Amino acid sequence: MSDVIRLHFDVAGDNLTEAGAAAGSVKKVLHQLGVDPAVIRRVAVAMYEGEINMVIHADGGTADVEITPEYIKVVLTDSGPGIKDIDLAMTAGYSTATKRVREMGFGAGMGLPNMRSYSDEMNITSEVGVGTTVEILIYTGKDRSPVNMAAEA
Amino acid sequence: MKVDKLADELGLKLLVGKSGLANEVTGCYICDLLSYVMGRASKGDAWITVQTNINVIAVAVLTEVGCVIVPEDIEVDEKTLAKAELEGIAVLSSSRSAYELACAIKALISV
Repeated sequence: MSDVIRLHFDVAGDNLTEAGAAAGSVKKVLHQLGVDPAVIRRVAVAMYEGEINMVIHADGGTADVEITPEYIKVVLTDSGPGIKDIDLAMTAGYSTATKRVREMGFGAGMGLPNMRSYSDEMNITSEVGVGTTVEILIYTGKDRSPVNMAAEA
Repeated sequence: MKVDKLADELGLKLLVGKSGLANEVTGCYICDLLSYVMGRASKGDAWITVQTNINVIAVAVLTEVGCVIVPEDIEVDEKTLAKAELEGIAVLSSSRSAYELACAIKALISV
């Protein structure tokens, strides 16, 4: 099991300016491991979107990352309000973000759709009033350009 | 074209991020919605944005854009500048509009 690296991050809920710290750390580790830059970008962006979501909607949460030679798995867990309608939340352009968040350039309803398009597999489990878990799986062998992925989304 | 050459040619003012001046600029992207930028901007783009909050730098790092250009002399937050310096992202400022900058960049890098 020496090939598996596990990382854990706490994502603070009160501070949008600190969001992205976990994604940045993971990016550095993946660079050091010599992972394909295209794969690194997908992991980093998906994770950053997830962090932003947890900061905006759930007062923070945790991010657990599992790195193996075959795949990178990111599990984002929060104890926020939960998602009532996941299909609606996954719709590009649908957003419940506040005006302040939108003024900062977020909350365009692109977060979850971006995360899906950047992952090979994504699972969301959520219970209203309890919290949300988003699991993202990205295979290290696949190389899809961001532009193509955006078009697929 | 390297960022420092681009800055010279366009008369851009370097606000911070001297270590990013050696980055290569191969394209240009204009957008202020950060999720769009994360999805669409390419490595090496000169990213022109009127957003000046600290998250711009996080997005610039993740997308590996060549530099950030702030048009129309818009003032940039101190926190943003400090973060950019730390991350080695060149943040440049210009009095010109995003459209004028993009046209000039195209003329320079498509030669």
